[in-house]
Amino acid sequence: MKRLSTGIWADKGGIRSSVEDEGGTIAGRLRGLVPVIGFAMAVPLLHLVLRVAGTEYCLTQLTMAAYYAIVVTGLGLLMGYAGQVSLGHGAFFALGGYTTAVLTTHDFSKWKAATGWLQEAHIMVARQDLYGNQLVTVTPWAAFFAAMAVAMIAGCLIGYPALRLRGHYLAMATLGFGLIVAKLLVGSNLTGAADGLNGVPEWILMPGLVVSGKVPVRVQNYYLACGLLLVVLVLLRNTVQSRVGRALKSIHDGEKAANSMGINTAAYKLKVFLLSAALAAAAGVFFTHYTAGIGPSEAGALKSLRYVALAAAGGMSNLWGVAIVSLALNYFSLRGWFGTYDNAVFGALLILIISLAPAGPLQPAAAWLRRRGWWRNAQSSHHGTP
Amino acid sequence: MGTGDLALQYLLSGITKGSIYAVVAIGFNLIYSATGVLNLAQGEFIMLGGMVAVTLAHYVPLPVAVAGAVLVVTLVGCLLEWSLFRRLPNHSVLHLIIVTIGVSIVIQEASLHIWDEKVRSLPYFTGNEVSSIHLLGAAISPQVLWVLGTITVAVVALHGFLKYTLTGRAMRACSANPEAAMLAGINIRNMRTLSFGLSAGLGALAGCVISPITMTHYEMGAPLAIKGFAAAILGGLGNPMGAVAGGLLVGVLEAVSVSRMPAAYNDVAAFVVLLLVLFVRPHGIFGLPSGQAVREH
Amino acid sequence: MKPNAISLLFSLLGSSLLMVVPSATAANSGPIKIGALFSITGPASFLGAPEDKTARMFIEKLNASGGINGRKVQLVVKDTGGSPEKAVSFARQLIEEERVCAIIGPSTSGETMQIKGLCEENKTVLVSCAAAEVIVNPVAKYVFKSPQKDSQAVLWIFKTAKAKGITRLALLSSNDGFGAAGKKQLEDLAKEEGMEVVVSEVYDKQATDLTDILTKVKSRPGVQGVVNWSIVPAQSILAKNMRQIGLNVPLFQSHGFGNLRYVQQAGAAAEGIIFPAGRLLVVDELPENHPQKALLAAYKKEYESRYKEDASTFGGHAYDAILIITEALKKAASTEPEKVREALENLKGVVGTAGVFSFSPTDHTGLDMDAFEMLTVKDGKFTIYKP
Repeated sequence: MKRLSTGIWADKGGIRSSVEDEGGTIAGRLRGLVPVIGFAMAVPLLHLVLRVAGTEYCLTQLTMAAYYAIVVTGLGLLMGYAGQVSLGHGAFFALGGYTTAVLTTHDFSKWKAATGWLQEAHIMVARQDLYGNQLVTVTPWAAFFAAMAVAMIAGCLIGYPALRLRGHYLAMATLGFGLIVAKLLVGSNLTGAADGLNGVPEWILMPGLVVSGKVPVRVQNYYLACGLLLVVLVLLRNTVQSRVGRALKSIHDGEKAANSMGINTAAYKLKVFLLSAALAAAAGVFFTHYTAGIGPSEAGALKSLRYVALAAAGGMSNLWGVAIVSLALNYFSLRGWFGTYDNAVFGALLILIISLAPAGPLQPAAAWLRRRGWWRNAQSSHHGTP
Repeated sequence: MGTGDLALQYLLSGITKGSIYAVVAIGFNLIYSATGVLNLAQGEFIMLGGMVAVTLAHYVPLPVAVAGAVLVVTLVGCLLEWSLFRRLPNHSVLHLIIVTIGVSIVIQEASLHIWDEKVRSLPYFTGNEVSSIHLLGAAISPQVLWVLGTITVAVVALHGFLKYTLTGRAMRACSANPEAAMLAGINIRNMRTLSFGLSAGLGALAGCVISPITMTHYEMGAPLAIKGFAAAILGGLGNPMGAVAGGLLVGVLEAVSVSRMPAAYNDVAAFVVLLLVLFVRPHGIFGLPSGQAVREH
Repeated sequence: MKPNAISLLFSLLGSSLLMVVPSATAANSGPIKIGALFSITGPASFLGAPEDKTARMFIEKLNASGGINGRKVQLVVKDTGGSPEKAVSFARQLIEEERVCAIIGPSTSGETMQIKGLCEENKTVLVSCAAAEVIVNPVAKYVFKSPQKDSQAVLWIFKTAKAKGITRLALLSSNDGFGAAGKKQLEDLAKEEGMEVVVSEVYDKQATDLTDILTKVKSRPGVQGVVNWSIVPAQSILAKNMRQIGLNVPLFQSHGFGNLRYVQQAGAAAEGIIFPAGRLLVVDELPENHPQKALLAAYKKEYESRYKEDASTFGGHAYDAILIITEALKKAASTEPEKVREALENLKGVVGTAGVFSFSPTDHTGLDMDAFEMLTVKDGKFTIYKP
């Protein structure tokens, strides 16, 4: 009956001891690079295959799925390593996306006095919309920083007090936060009420690199999204192998003990919460520019639950598994493979994956590869249960 | 209408909604106590109850249809535990909770394809759509009394069952201390199956009595589950009477907020209060930190 | 064994990729492809499901009678589940991969607005099944819609209310795209039409009880009538709750009430509800020489015998959308986007379920005030409202 005494939302057994496995020796470090290199090679390979097959347009859905994967991977860090669950990550995605969308589509030309110097400072720009109307809007870069600021403020507002909460109570608090954000978005005319916002302009990151869903820039957007996902994965991997990671592991093993050893567990938890919230918001900003709009369903409870489910199905602390499962399932969904059975298939897969491979599908796959002698890795594959 | 009458009318509206949330919250607590799992598919039992009853009502009299629906959904609940959750003994509780999300989606989609996307409802148990009862200046549908009556009886019966019958005591023992219960010869597995069955049956009963008021629709489960979850948390998890209070509180908060601010934000008011309560009392209003400690460590 | 496993993997990968390769049809031969985005599942499924059924029925019948100018029509349907990101993804698929010559749907205004710009940029004709006026105002060259205008429905309601001596109104609307668009028109036009809005409230589209909001309406003195703007099932609940708490003023609904299912759900409380709608719901009462009579009767009979459910105006919007596109294709005698668009914009006098469509470069709805008839509910059935 040990199951009952383990953490509720904290998947204590699920944390992989990657610190010992990979941190120490040079060989260990090199082995740790295998997934990075593998991923970096898979991205152009997939592009090549699609190109040869004449189905390059699939990159559109891969790009969208990659942005969702960033949200889910950040959530995987929070759930798998800090043992916190957030049922409100859709809200952070939406806060990022909506802040950008409002600032880059709202016409500020009425405030003549203020917009002058803002335009000179390249914070605002005069542009034309689809129907030829002249607008003065905030530039995408400025909107990006504003979006991140909004998400961080919201993250502190909910994260700081919520740290006192544990298990289901924390889950409820984050769910409640998500619902509040969703209701405010759908209730306000500024955010386009139920229709959401559209006509978000493309985002010129630098000359020659544009975040936009238009066909001529489809390939570069695919590489951009996958590149960002890879950067996030490497960043998170380094995080969990650093001081922070060790501190997080100690929180897992026993928060009180960690506290008495002088580790400020609350500060670490807040940091990880804010990091994952920031990733969700940033993904929201990119996604909104890519699809040129955003709707209130992004903030909905169902979306947040979906993120949590994807993170769990990927194996939570197994960030590569989380990224791949999320990428694959969202891709199929956005391609419309399952037609009207889309949700049903998602639900059934969720039950299947978690029943058969609670540590994520990568774990059994790696075990299979190891058995055949194709991959040597010291990673222990102990999962879910102590 | 006078101010007093108005207040009463708002209050009644809140109690109607709140009693529904309370039933969902009790369902949460039943399963949570016995298994530690938060069953996010709880709302689907309510939906299924209504759907099955509406279908049966085409062939048999209403009371038989309701009884049949409760029976069918109870079996569905037991079957879920027996076929799924029992087979996953080595999974962490979080994984089981995620599985309930999957179950919720599958039940919902299955209902869409078994029935369809349309709304349906049982006939009013007494009177019809326009009949109303006047109560001290406020007016309500007789169905509201059916809802309140049924739920009160169900809660009292459940309370009696848990407190005074051998099986009920065994269930409580499982939740208080599973190891000791097992040593005392209680079949914990069966108790878990029973908790799923009871919870599903209770949900189905609620699904039937509210059907004339709220109508039954394949997507109705998720919003109810969320509100019920809020009610259970507010009342303190694992505390059935707390769940009743939590549910009524959420319902009344919604209704009262409508009188003071735009109705578009009624959920916002309810959830802001919920968050504030949690920040002040991290274990809900009636939850005990010690009880929580037992469950978590 | 290893090379075998790898080659197997690649062949699997290859074949799965080939499956999604669309048959690269040249624009001038083979079937004409029309895309459809409906929210067949999800929160707007009560719109998408009848639209999907109607569209399939229409295309089947069209092909049975020889298609368009001798070419068969292929309908590519995608279920958006009511989510805008899927609508965007699927619209791109339809445009870039399937190379459809036109798209019908989406079912909701939110989804339509998300892909309005996309269709405009890619020069693909879109005929939306959503009602909100923002879809065609400002006019985008390639974007049209088949349901009647919100503003016309509002004017009908205000006209009828005034005739009954009602000027002080309570406005209620659901928090979806349909409700929000109607609320805006109601509030804007109330001033011009000399109506006084006593209270205006928005309720959740999944609301299960509206007693509290109606109590608020009841508490405001001088409310002479209630106008409810929504397309969701909650409008039946609203009608019931009004009678139950004794708010006995006339209830006006929007054209979103055009589904007999809502009347059945509201039961006795539906009696006397007044609302503007297309004539599909009262086809039996139309005089034999009414231009829409034959078409409406045929659609209703065919739909009801095939799907064993009552025909609703929602399905009718999909019927009209396809009808308009096929008429334009016939007239253009080409699948060139620009020619189809131009033909569509110049269609005149096309008889559909919602009314008689006559488009122009400034009017992408094509329906005038006559498209509506004020209806009421009597003995559980729709009937033409007679003051």
